[in-house]
Amino acid sequence: MNMPDAGKLIFGRLTLEAIPYHEPILVATFAGVLVIGAVLLGLITKHKLWGYLWNEWFTSIDHKKIGIMYMVFGVVMLLRGFADALMMRAQQAVAFNGNPGFLPPHHYDQIFTAHGVIMIFFVAMPLVTGLMNYIMPLQIGARDVAFPFLNNFSFWMTVAGGILVMVSLFIGEFAKTGWLAYPPLSGLEASPDVGVDYYIWSLQVAGVGTTLSGINLIATIVKMRAPGMSMMKMPIFTWTALCTNVLIVAAFPVLTAVLVLLSLDRYVGTNFFTNGMGGNPMMYVNLIWIWGHPEVYILILPVFGVFSEVVSTFSRKRLFGYASMVYATVVITVLSYLVWLHHFFTMGSGASVNSFFGITTMIISIPTGAKMFNWLFTMYRGRIQFEVPMLWTMGFMFTFVIGGMTGVMLAIPPADFLLHNSLFLVAHFHNVIIGGVIFGLFAGINYWFPKAFGYKLDPFWGKCSFWFWLVGFWLAFMPLYVLGFMGVTRRMNHFEDPSLQIWFQIAAFGAVLIALGIGAFLIQLWVSYKRREELRDVTGDPWHGRTLEWSTSSPPPAYNFAFTPIIHEADAWWDMKERNQTRRLEGYLPIHMPKNTSAGIYLAAFAFVVGFAMIWHMFLIAGLAFLGLLVTAIGHTFNYKRDFNIPADEVARTEAARTEELAAHV
Amino acid sequence: MSDINAMPSTAVANNQDVEFWMKEDHHPANGTLLGFWIYLMSDCLIFACLFATYGVLGRSYAGGPTGAELFDLSLVAVNTSLLLLSSITYGLAVLEMQKNRRGTMMAWLVVTGLFGLGFLGIEMYEFAELIHRGAGPQRSAFLSSFFTLVGTHGLHVTFGIVWLITLLFQVGRFGLTPANKRRILCLSMFWHFLDVVWVGVFTFVYLMGVLP
Amino acid sequence: MRMFMKTLRGLPVLALALLLSGCDAVLISPAGDVARQQRDLIAISVVLMLIIIIPVIVMTFVFAWKYRESNKAAHHEYDPDWNHSTVLELLIWAAPLLIIIALGAVTWTSTHKLDPYRPLDRVDHVRAVAPDTKPLVVEVVALDWKWLFFYPEQGIATVNEMAAPLDRPIEFHITASTVMNAFFVPSMAGMIYAMPGMETKLHGVMNKTGNFEGISANYSGAGFSDMRFVLHSVSDADFDAWVAKAKAGGGHLTREDYLKLVKPSEKEPVQYFGTVDPGLYNAILNQCVAAGQMCMSDMAKHEQHSEQGMAGMAGMAPAGHTHP
Repeated sequence: MNMPDAGKLIFGRLTLEAIPYHEPILVATFAGVLVIGAVLLGLITKHKLWGYLWNEWFTSIDHKKIGIMYMVFGVVMLLRGFADALMMRAQQAVAFNGNPGFLPPHHYDQIFTAHGVIMIFFVAMPLVTGLMNYIMPLQIGARDVAFPFLNNFSFWMTVAGGILVMVSLFIGEFAKTGWLAYPPLSGLEASPDVGVDYYIWSLQVAGVGTTLSGINLIATIVKMRAPGMSMMKMPIFTWTALCTNVLIVAAFPVLTAVLVLLSLDRYVGTNFFTNGMGGNPMMYVNLIWIWGHPEVYILILPVFGVFSEVVSTFSRKRLFGYASMVYATVVITVLSYLVWLHHFFTMGSGASVNSFFGITTMIISIPTGAKMFNWLFTMYRGRIQFEVPMLWTMGFMFTFVIGGMTGVMLAIPPADFLLHNSLFLVAHFHNVIIGGVIFGLFAGINYWFPKAFGYKLDPFWGKCSFWFWLVGFWLAFMPLYVLGFMGVTRRMNHFEDPSLQIWFQIAAFGAVLIALGIGAFLIQLWVSYKRREELRDVTGDPWHGRTLEWSTSSPPPAYNFAFTPIIHEADAWWDMKERNQTRRLEGYLPIHMPKNTSAGIYLAAFAFVVGFAMIWHMFLIAGLAFLGLLVTAIGHTFNYKRDFNIPADEVARTEAARTEELAAHV
Repeated sequence: MSDINAMPSTAVANNQDVEFWMKEDHHPANGTLLGFWIYLMSDCLIFACLFATYGVLGRSYAGGPTGAELFDLSLVAVNTSLLLLSSITYGLAVLEMQKNRRGTMMAWLVVTGLFGLGFLGIEMYEFAELIHRGAGPQRSAFLSSFFTLVGTHGLHVTFGIVWLITLLFQVGRFGLTPANKRRILCLSMFWHFLDVVWVGVFTFVYLMGVLP
Repeated sequence: MRMFMKTLRGLPVLALALLLSGCDAVLISPAGDVARQQRDLIAISVVLMLIIIIPVIVMTFVFAWKYRESNKAAHHEYDPDWNHSTVLELLIWAAPLLIIIALGAVTWTSTHKLDPYRPLDRVDHVRAVAPDTKPLVVEVVALDWKWLFFYPEQGIATVNEMAAPLDRPIEFHITASTVMNAFFVPSMAGMIYAMPGMETKLHGVMNKTGNFEGISANYSGAGFSDMRFVLHSVSDADFDAWVAKAKAGGGHLTREDYLKLVKPSEKEPVQYFGTVDPGLYNAILNQCVAAGQMCMSDMAKHEQHSEQGMAGMAGMAPAGHTHP
């Protein structure tokens, strides 16, 4: 074998040419990442935190720590996804009158693709999963999830997928196909380079994590509820988490399958979605939306749960219409599988098919409307405190109804023929995703932060963040609704009609306000950390909450509950307080807990290498890494000692410390 | 646990003897079998997609050979019986496991694995034969969907065999511990699941493929 | 400071100007009857939904204000355990249900009436299509990144420009060369995808003369933003003149010319072709323009069962429409 062959065997199609050193924006970004990374690594080394991070966090199988790691990952990726958004808004605000703007199509097309992929898969999904991971086991009175190791593995797979997307910034390029990568555009002929492969492998790797986490959380909810908690006594957030994870398990395999078919087309030369040889690109569009539509409900359902918890806590009232809330959630879960075709009415299906899917789509607005009314009547005759989580909820209720309305407009096929693929559509889904998912996540973060860290988030900066986001959102997306009516399509790189420019400038200004909102959130975290002694909550129940997570200390001990709670009422903790229960202070028993393991992180690292090597056609390395993955996985099954006992006296010490703290603060 | 579930919640207005915390250790039910079952359902969806794809593309021959021209039903019949027999032998292994007879159980597992290998061997022979005749997965959308559906099933059987070998080692070394029994049951579900999928493949791909 | 005040005073004027410019947005005041009916649908649906939306928004603010903790006057109403009312719950499910029933009925009828595959039966809201009118057939091919139009009746072909006689129904047959696009003249009728190897259809009519913009409404790669054309909506006489100009000004479009034209290019200037190789559009549709390629339609004939396999999925309907 001569040298070039050997190089190809190891490096595949990766050459130095793949490094985009001629793109100043990317070089600057890379330099920035290097500097920040070096500072971060330096600080960790200086403070000798590596061992702590590795032992206490990276290898942790504690659902609370994994939940927090998901949230951190989601926030970091939010910064990347939002940087993309800012660049898009800036480009569209200036690219008029023959000015090509600062982003040529080659770069711009990657940016809007990456923006969509990152925001959905690596921002919204981790944040939602993180919340479910942290809160749900506490709400059902469990000590961990059903499969703690799998939980850690799922997290690292998600991260590995995210890193693959980030790597595409500096080695090669990302897809230029739009976030769903429709063939034939994503096929080998139209996209021969690595972008689509980055897309495929990052989603496949992260998708494994998501699916396993879905299975894990379903099993947790079904099997591990505290005694007495029947299904209809579960907190509403747990209900929405259950439905969400059912959706995940029933939707993500479809994504996996369709991406496998696309990669076979690209790697093996099959003809699933090609133009010739009997291939059918429309099948890809159908399949990807069979996953894609449930996906938006995967994001929105948990935050519906968050809003339900927040509204009832801050109105100091039981949730109005608990049963109808549960039914509404279940109905949405089922219906979300019967609407996918509304994403492509314009593909030319017959009128009966189109109107069927249009009407099923509208039907979803019925349970959603019922939920909205339930929240309203929870506020009715309440005593509402406008703490930060409640502000986000109010912002949501006002914003989301508009997004719902424009959604139903798009569900009418003939109207969709005008509005499809327009900026009206872009405005609509940002209206529901920002106004729904993001507002809900911020409500949830502000609501549960004191549970996770033992001190509240600073309300001043929280309010700043809220108002910047709210005003920024309206300024950024109302112009897009208008532009949609002016016949402007999405994904345009530059424009000819100068009368459009003012609208894009307003939108860009709105995006800047949202940037300030994100900044205010980061400041809020920092300021709260600085003022943590003032903001400290020792009661474990700072908002006078209703559900079980507020019954334990903040942050909860590793074992969550010293004694497993017994449930009599739907709002279990509220019920305990109403009936003057007292903490049990004696009779501690050793608590059986799962042991930390590093297997998950190694497996995910191998998966990352497999993905990266496949992208660059380094088939030898991909094969070796896959072998490593297999051997590590099998090796892990030989580890039978996965638990340990927290001794009774250690539990007693922890609980005694809490008793003291509580007494000191009465 | 059951008596607590039955407790009427309204009857305990505010009396002191309502218990809110468990005195004894609480052991939630093990979720492994349920979790594995849910995983199988998600895997089932992958197969559903591949079946749907085959349903859409299964007659897009692009001028190339059709199923009727390619499929050798007698070979597939042998293959099918191998896999069905392997399911039966796995069932026998589980029966032995429940009687705690480790040796015979392992023997049946070995037989199961051999049947599985036989199945894979025949499948690989079939694939090689097709490719040799110019009917590879690149030839037409029909062949793409055929190779992918049947190949994905074959890949599952391969992993099943790797898992089986691992389990044989583990049972040999650590005995029929509760954890190992649980794993044997999981693999049993997996193995039977693959059998059911194969019945679908046999019917929809091969039998209906040779229909005019 | 004075500058600032001036700008501040300028703001309402700006807002008003913006609002006005928004009102003559192309989708709000279209030039074709189909787009106008589609716009009316948008309006009807908004009005129907506002019946629910407005009360919800009002209630949100009223409840939030009235039941705020600092409002001592409402404290006597506080009822922490009030969480159920059968009447209210019936109402909150029934109200959206009724609206959706109304909207669903509108959707069903309008989707059938405005099915892009259905020939038009009216020119505008007062005039029906005369019984003997033959629609003008235009065959559209989305190329990377320009539009190719065939006028089979006139025998001409054009790139990035088309013309349509006023008030005459037009029947578009649409396909693409390599990737998916969407054919969209916002002022005429809705959009429909242009897909390689497949044909979609669209019926439209122009009721106003003028020059209107046509675009691709589905992202198709690097040159997508400039994939525009002008639609001249003109009187019959002017249309004939336009055809004559195309015939006089253009050469012959052969298969070889097409294979050159199909190569990716951006900001392609307008081109006219006076005559066209026979059967070129069908060859494009069946992906057999180049010598030696087997046409998809022939493959389909070669296989006796090709259509059965296609009938499997509801969303696959266009496959049935595919071949002319």
